[in-house]
Amino acid sequence: MKINFSNFFAISFLLVSVGVYASPEEDRELFHDYFEKLFPNTEYSDYKNGVYSIDSSSREQWESIEDFPPYEINIENGEELFNTPFKNGNTYAQCFENGGIGIRQNYPFFDEDKNMVMTLELAINNCRKKNGEKPLSYYKGGPMADISAYMAYTSRGNKINLEIPNNQKALEAYEHGKKLYFTKVGQLNFSCADCHVYKTGIKLRADIPSPAIGHTTHFPAYRSGAGRLVTLHERFAGCLSRVRHKPFKAQNEEYRNLEYFITYMSNGLEINGPGSRK
Amino acid sequence: MNAIKNITLSLSLILSINMPTYSNDIAEGKKLAFDRKKGNCLACHMIDDGELAGNSGPPLLAMKARFPDKQVLFNQIWDPTKNNPNTFMPPFGKHGAITKDEINKIIEYLYTL
Ligand code: HEC
Ligand code: HEC
Repeated sequence: MKINFSNFFAISFLLVSVGVYASPEEDRELFHDYFEKLFPNTEYSDYKNGVYSIDSSSREQWESIEDFPPYEINIENGEELFNTPFKNGNTYAQCFENGGIGIRQNYPFFDEDKNMVMTLELAINNCRKKNGEKPLSYYKGGPMADISAYMAYTSRGNKINLEIPNNQKALEAYEHGKKLYFTKVGQLNFSCADCHVYKTGIKLRADIPSPAIGHTTHFPAYRSGAGRLVTLHERFAGCLSRVRHKPFKAQNEEYRNLEYFITYMSNGLEINGPGSRK
Repeated sequence: MNAIKNITLSLSLILSINMPTYSNDIAEGKKLAFDRKKGNCLACHMIDDGELAGNSGPPLLAMKARFPDKQVLFNQIWDPTKNNPNTFMPPFGKHGAITKDEINKIIEYLYTL
C-alpha cells in the first residue's frame, strides 16, 4: 500500500472521527507501511531503539552509554525485591506465570474477568495487595520501577505479540486508546500522533520525537535527564505536561488504554528493557 | 551572547528611528518569541540568530514582505487552526498561552526580519 502524509492523515482522521473502525490489524499494517516509507533505512526490528532508530547522530553516544548501563543497579535491586518474600511468606513469583520470569511481553493484556486492560505494573501492585502489602508508587523510580526493570530484563529478546480477544470491551479499550492517541489536547493543542506519527523525526530545539512504533519495548527507561528510571505512564505524563495538559493518575483507564493501543502497534518487536534515553 | 544582545539592541534602536514602533517592543518581542514558556517559536522555526532552532515550520524571514497585512500575521499566531485545522502550530492566542499585547510585540520583532 502506498501512503503519503496527507492521505495517511485523511485515513486516520476518518477512522477516529467518523467511527468507521478498521481492525487493529489493519491499523498496525498502516502504521508499519507509513513508517517504512518515512524511514526507508530503518529496519523494522530496530524501532525498539526509539529515536536512535532514526537519528544516527545521537546513536553512537547512546550506544556507549548502553555499554555501561546506568540501570544495572536497578536490575540488581529489582531482582532482590522480587525474590524477597512478603510478610505472609508468599512471593511475587507465585502471582505470575512462569514464576514471573521472561513474561514482560505478555503485558499489557485484556483481562476478561476484570474487563480491563491489565498492565505489568498494575499486576505487581495487585499481587502485593493480595498478599496484604501496601501498593508501590508508580512514579519517581523506586521499587516499582526496579521490579519492573528486572522483569523486563529477564524477558529481553522475547517478542511482543499482543492479541486482542474477540470481546467487545477489549476492542473498545483499544479504540479508546487509539482515539486518545490522535486527539489534540492541552493549551498547546497537540495529539500524541502529531509528534510521534506525523512529525516524527523533526527537530524541536534539541529534541527529536521518536516513532510511535517501539514505544513500549524498553520500559521502564533510565532517563539521564532525570537520573533515574521512568515508567511508561510517567513518560506519558511527561509528554502531556509538555503540551500543558493535566496528567492523568498513574494506571488510570486512559493510560492503560493508550498503552494497549501503542503496544499493539509494536507487535513483532523484541523486549529490550530496561532501556536508557536522554 | 552579550555582544549579540548589544547588536540587536542597537539595531533595533536604529530601526526605531524610521519606524513608529518603540525599540523596546522589538526587543521584548524577540524575547517572547524565543522564550520557551511564551512563544517558543524557535522550537519550530528558524529565526534570526536563535540557537537550536527546530524545523517543523518554515523559516521566519522577509516577514514584512511576505505579510504586508499585520492582521494576517496576527491571525496566524492567534489561531493557526483557522487556516489549517490539523496544523502542528499551537493556537497561542486563542488558548491563552500569550496575550494579544504579547503577539503584537512579537509581530514588531518579526517585521525586523
Ligand atoms: C510536542 C511533541 C510531543 C507530543 C505532543 C508528545 N510527545 Fe512523546 N515525546 C516527545 C519527545 C521530544 C520525546 C523524547 C524523544 C523521544 O521520542 O524519545 C518523547 C518521548 C516519548 C516516549 C518515550 C520514547 C522512548 O523511546 O523512550 C513515549 C512513550 C511518548 N513520548 C509517548 C507520548 C504519548 C502517549 C503522547 C500523548 C499523550 C505524547 N508522547 C505526546 C514529544 C512529544
Ligand atoms: C510546534 C510547532 C510550532 C510553533 C511552536 C510555532 N509554529 Fe509557526 N508554524 C508551524 C508550522 C508547522 C507552520 C506551517 C503552517 C501549518 O502547518 O499550518 C507554521 C507557520 C507559521 C507562519 C506562516 C509562515 C509562512 O511562511 O507561511 C508564521 C508567520 C508562524 N508560523 C509564526 C509563528 C510564531 C510567531 C510563533 C511563536 C509565537 C510560532 N509560529 C510557533 C509550527 C510552529
